[in-house]
Amino acid sequence: MDFNDTPEEAAFRAEARAFLQANAETKAGARPVLRQSGIDAEGVKRCKAWQAKKADAGFAGLTWPKRYGGREASPILQVIYNQEEEDFVVPRGLYEIGLGMCIPTMMTYAKPEQLDRYVKPALRGEEVWCQLFSEPAGGSDLAALRTRAERDGDDWIINGQKIWTSGAHLSDFGIIVVRTDPNVPKHEGLTFFFLDMKSPGIEIRPIHQMSGARHFNEVFFTDVRVPDSQRLGAVGQGWRVSLTTLMNERLAVGDVQRPDVDDLIELTRKMRIDGKPAIQDGAARERIAEWYAQSQGLKFTRFRTMTALSRGETPGPENSIHKLVNASKLQDIASYGIDLMGANGLVVEDELAEAYAMFQAALLSSPSARIAGGSDEILRNIIAERVLGLPADIRADKGIPFNKVPTGRR
Amino acid sequence: MNFDFSDDLKQLRDQARRFLAEQCPPAVVRRSLEGQEQFAAELWREIGKMGWIGAAIPEQYGGAGLGYEGLCVLAEEIGRVVAPVPFASTAYLAAEAIQTAGSDAQRAEFLPRIADGSTIGCFALAEGSGNPTPSSIHAKVIGGRLTGAKWPVADGGIADIAVVVACDEHRQPGLFLADLSGVRRHDLQTLDPTRNHARLDFEAAPVQRLGSGGWGAVQRLLDRAAILLAFEQVGGADACLQMARDYALERYAFGRPIGSFQAIKHKLADMYVALELARSNAYYGAWALGADATDLSLAAATARVSATEAFHLASKENIQTHGGIGFTWAVDCHLFYRRSKQLALTIGSGPFWKDRLVDLLETRNAA
Repeated sequence: MDFNDTPEEAAFRAEARAFLQANAETKAGARPVLRQSGIDAEGVKRCKAWQAKKADAGFAGLTWPKRYGGREASPILQVIYNQEEEDFVVPRGLYEIGLGMCIPTMMTYAKPEQLDRYVKPALRGEEVWCQLFSEPAGGSDLAALRTRAERDGDDWIINGQKIWTSGAHLSDFGIIVVRTDPNVPKHEGLTFFFLDMKSPGIEIRPIHQMSGARHFNEVFFTDVRVPDSQRLGAVGQGWRVSLTTLMNERLAVGDVQRPDVDDLIELTRKMRIDGKPAIQDGAARERIAEWYAQSQGLKFTRFRTMTALSRGETPGPENSIHKLVNASKLQDIASYGIDLMGANGLVVEDELAEAYAMFQAALLSSPSARIAGGSDEILRNIIAERVLGLPADIRADKGIPFNKVPTGRR
Repeated sequence: MNFDFSDDLKQLRDQARRFLAEQCPPAVVRRSLEGQEQFAAELWREIGKMGWIGAAIPEQYGGAGLGYEGLCVLAEEIGRVVAPVPFASTAYLAAEAIQTAGSDAQRAEFLPRIADGSTIGCFALAEGSGNPTPSSIHAKVIGGRLTGAKWPVADGGIADIAVVVACDEHRQPGLFLADLSGVRRHDLQTLDPTRNHARLDFEAAPVQRLGSGGWGAVQRLLDRAAILLAFEQVGGADACLQMARDYALERYAFGRPIGSFQAIKHKLADMYVALELARSNAYYGAWALGADATDLSLAAATARVSATEAFHLASKENIQTHGGIGFTWAVDCHLFYRRSKQLALTIGSGPFWKDRLVDLLETRNAA
């Protein structure tokens, strides 16, 4: 065993680090970036400038074909770049979905001339993409979506509603899965498209989240015209295309969220229990130890995945473990840290709150981490069914035409 | 990045798994459980012949020289079948103490006999209730003679030699080596009869000092053993998850396999998550042992905390997945439930290692 890079990996790591050092500020000592609120116009500008710089230097789309500005690099180099970028303050939050999910789906299903048109501008951050999947009636049961598309000559006409669309209001294009045939069982009646988010008939309304932020949107479609040439995959094959998109989610390395265990240790030095620093309290020490062991376990699980990647293997559904563990850990550390503060744990004013109020921010944002991108429950199902090989649940909608499936009162 | 065992060691693991599946089925474990034998002596002889006990012992002392990663791989397989043999006591504790703290003469005298299985070792630390601390040690050595009572001592009833933690003439705890042939001892009934446990009463027993280290040497020994024990725990937890999964596929209720119910799926997913975290931390421990890394102690405490949690969770939820049948003597779930507690309590229990882990973090962060 060793943790050494191969010569090629080491050279790339040095190159990435040199680029980051020349162009970004290191995180050490910097105030933690809290994603309390959505991205404002200023933030969009910063994201765009950074993405262009990154693409011009050849660090965007590392694994992509060279003709679209990539390097055709092994996925391990992407992981190495992400590791290095972790140490720097860089603007985030605008391109993860587009570059991580939308464009990879396009690359599997779009025509070459479409790729020539769309990939480079996406890579340079000139055009932003969003993913229109979830609906009020289709969350964990995504295939229960109800937005309709009907054929009209060379076009399709879309009516319905999407929800939880990150960055829809900032996006130029989107990928969408819709129902084109309600008379067949639910997975069989779906079709996949990409569309212009500025098309007439699209209305975007931000969702005011419980955390106070407005990061997600509802997107309403009224007679929105999409040319058939923008269909990805065959009519009725939309579910299969969606799975391609979701597979790409797995390789994405999530941000290390704050507060982490080190933040908690820092806090327990300052807070007091029975007149002594909380870090001397047995109960606090047990919890720190447990969370530290979890964090390290995830870190070394990632090292094992990197080893597999290095050998050319593809990580599978076992990667679901990261978000499943991290989301709850974040919520629990936030809640416990606040408890240590006593009544002042309620206070989120900048000058009065402990630790830049990051524990409070995480308390309010962490419920979303346990739901978005596959809820805890769905991730457990994935592990149970796809890793451990347990049988799928018995479904009440199996083999039934979608328009005959019970829907409750709604 | 090469964070995995080598192909050679994976081959060793597969061989060990096949061998133990054949030679150490539950029927063998149950002979110890039901008191028909103190331990699986025949299996022990075979293990000795194959060189497993001396996996990490250097070849010059009769070992196989496979290194610590080799010993880790074997530990996982021993744990997987809850083998009723004094492997941990002999290989991770007695041999390690002699190898890391002993003199060349002591190594040359004892390690070859340990490596071939002819000498069984044990580690006498506890003196009744409580986790190990320097002040918990009352056994003392005066003029090369040890007096004091040690219990419970894993494999104390079957061992030939003991590595004993006792205080020297200056009341400083350290490591001593005792021949057990003249020592009064009796077996103790425990939660896990598949591992021998005894009380040892030393009455001016002749001992030799192992090195000059004090409590630090004891703690170093515990750290190294914690990593190896973590692999046994990971092996045990993996076996529990497999058992639970197999049962969830084969058992039908309400006209369907119980593994199709989310209540069971989520339980098994949680067992899987705990196991993977523990496995990854144990791997890091294996690397730290092999590389004698500066953060070996922290790696050990982390591996120990994770593995103890994973085996506890897996062994209890395996019973729960089985339902009533899992609570019977005849079904093997309880072998793992018992062993999970045995492994959790030996060399310091959960709170001891969590406290140590945070101690080490504080030291690291202060540096």
